[in-house]
Amino acid sequence: MSARFIPVVVTAVLFLALLIAGSLQFSGFASPRVLLNLLTDNSFLAIMALGMTFVILSGGIDLSVGSVLALSSVLCAILVEKHGWHPLQAIPVVLIAGAAFGAIMGALIHVYKLQPFIVTLAGMFFARGLATVLSEQSIPITHSFFDSVNNFGFSVLGGWIGSATLLLIVVFAFGLWLAHFTRLGGYIYALGGNSTSAALLGVPMGLTTISIYTLSSTLAALSGIVYTFYTASGYALSGVGMELDAIAAVVIGGTLLTGGYGYVLGTLLGVMIMGLIQTWISFHGSLNSWWTKIFIGSLVLAFIIFQRGISAGFGTKKAKI
Amino acid sequence: MRTIQLFDSRFLLPVVALALILLTNLILSPEFFHLEFKDGRLYGSLVDVLNRSAPCALLAIGMSLVIATGGIDLSVGAVIAITGAVCANLLNSSIDSISLIVLAGLFVGVVAGAVNGGLVSFFGIQPIVATLVLMVAGRGIAQLINDGQIVTFQNPAFASIGVGSIFGLPSPVVITLGIFLLAQAFVRLTAMGLFIEASGCNPKASSYIGIPVRTIKWSVYVMSGLCAAVAGMIITADIHGADANNAGLWLELDAILAVVLGGASLAGGRFSLPLTLIGVLIIQAMTTTIIMSGIDPKFNLLIKSLIIVTVLLLQSPILRGQIRGFFARKHKAENSAVVESQS
Repeated sequence: MSARFIPVVVTAVLFLALLIAGSLQFSGFASPRVLLNLLTDNSFLAIMALGMTFVILSGGIDLSVGSVLALSSVLCAILVEKHGWHPLQAIPVVLIAGAAFGAIMGALIHVYKLQPFIVTLAGMFFARGLATVLSEQSIPITHSFFDSVNNFGFSVLGGWIGSATLLLIVVFAFGLWLAHFTRLGGYIYALGGNSTSAALLGVPMGLTTISIYTLSSTLAALSGIVYTFYTASGYALSGVGMELDAIAAVVIGGTLLTGGYGYVLGTLLGVMIMGLIQTWISFHGSLNSWWTKIFIGSLVLAFIIFQRGISAGFGTKKAKI
Repeated sequence: MRTIQLFDSRFLLPVVALALILLTNLILSPEFFHLEFKDGRLYGSLVDVLNRSAPCALLAIGMSLVIATGGIDLSVGAVIAITGAVCANLLNSSIDSISLIVLAGLFVGVVAGAVNGGLVSFFGIQPIVATLVLMVAGRGIAQLINDGQIVTFQNPAFASIGVGSIFGLPSPVVITLGIFLLAQAFVRLTAMGLFIEASGCNPKASSYIGIPVRTIKWSVYVMSGLCAAVAGMIITADIHGADANNAGLWLELDAILAVVLGGASLAGGRFSLPLTLIGVLIIQAMTTTIIMSGIDPKFNLLIKSLIIVTVLLLQSPILRGQIRGFFARKHKAENSAVVESQS
């Protein structure tokens, strides 16, 4: 097995270990119902984390995604509730707005050589600020389309596959295709591996950078729409700090933060592990919610030290050659 | 001559930005500059700006050093929460020595910084991730210490750290100023500042010429943790309680922003503590100005982000080059027009 797959395999093993440990402790822990709920309840985080995966693969970071989620949920709620638009009209507008936002950030990063960290930090303030200006109050949505989308789905083995889960599957299939079967996917890996070599090999740096941040913001806007359906409201303070969850999921999923190494599938597993920890804590009952933060922090720590060990292993191999 | 050049290159933009914000106040609300001496201490909006910016300034001092080595410290907000939780719980315990409690608070900062620094310099982990661990887990730890409650205390001696006054100025301002002078002396009267900048500029070359790069990198995180601990005690003393969820929330981002507004590059290699303080004052004066000028505070974040982008773009050598190129082209076009008309 190639050493590149080790982090993802470890993530998968960890997921299975948590699942087995949980089901030994609590009956019904590993039931299809719990697992399918895991997908439904974390669908917006998973979609956001997918966008983050591409950004981190390219060696960048996007801090604005949590705020973009809030901005798109507010925008969607305003268009539907205040202006009487049909959600099917509002959703494309929100997605295009998200894409434009990401494109501007990508352009600032590429053209003016500004650091992604600080540009997306400003983007985070801007999107949150704009959402607050649009509406300080939470806007409840009572459109019949929301109900029909939320009620759509079918039950499998006692679990429920709803529209959010279906969307999640489609989006991840798209992510896998983009990462491994398109030219852009190759460019992104090349950019994260070594940007100087990538540029010399003819990777269109500007186009790739702008595409990466456009993709990340669009997916964040999409996760905002999923979140709007999930909560049936738009609120400027939703998704605060969710960018950190997304980054943590990507790291737990085995993607190297230096860029160049990682897999889309690992991110999905990372999100599922974080969801599983939360489920375990709620099954446990007596543990307080702050243990979630401590567990996730420790898990991130364990993973980065582990990855460090692996890449050091790469180093010694190279040195011997 | 040298000072003029210094002002020309690095001080110009941040100072002009701060001056512009203050000028806006002078026009919109002259009472902004009103100072009053009452009950043995100074009152007024300017003092208020200084007082409110103290915690952020402390974080930014530590952050400047970390960023100068090419690192970043995301955990300082969480360190504030842990320090607050430790101090508040100790104040409610049987220990009644304030200096012991303050030492315990500082110890928290040193431990947090040592962990961060250890991960970065000895395990070789990227600073963003290494400090992200404590940023995520730190608030959990603070909640664990507080048992999920907001722990309050009644202790006038400890509270004076946040609400008291020294020499007629609010004590947070004096404490911050003291630490700033100490830090400035430490980095500029010794070779420490040079070592920090060298480690950020080119770690490999620095270690070849004998600079202990790992130790330097480790120690800047310890200093950053220490600064965060002091900020944490000020915030805790100010509200007479420790709120694990909200104490210092997102303050690390403001601190990073202040350092960048002060003209430092996140890539490391240079820093200036006075410029960082100007960056902090820009952020706080901006917030106060928005409130004072009667604009709805909901526009605060939006205006802030636009100013950040403007300052960042103005600092970018590429934009400067583009502007210069634009004018040069125009100049050339005019010249050629003149030549054509002459011929």
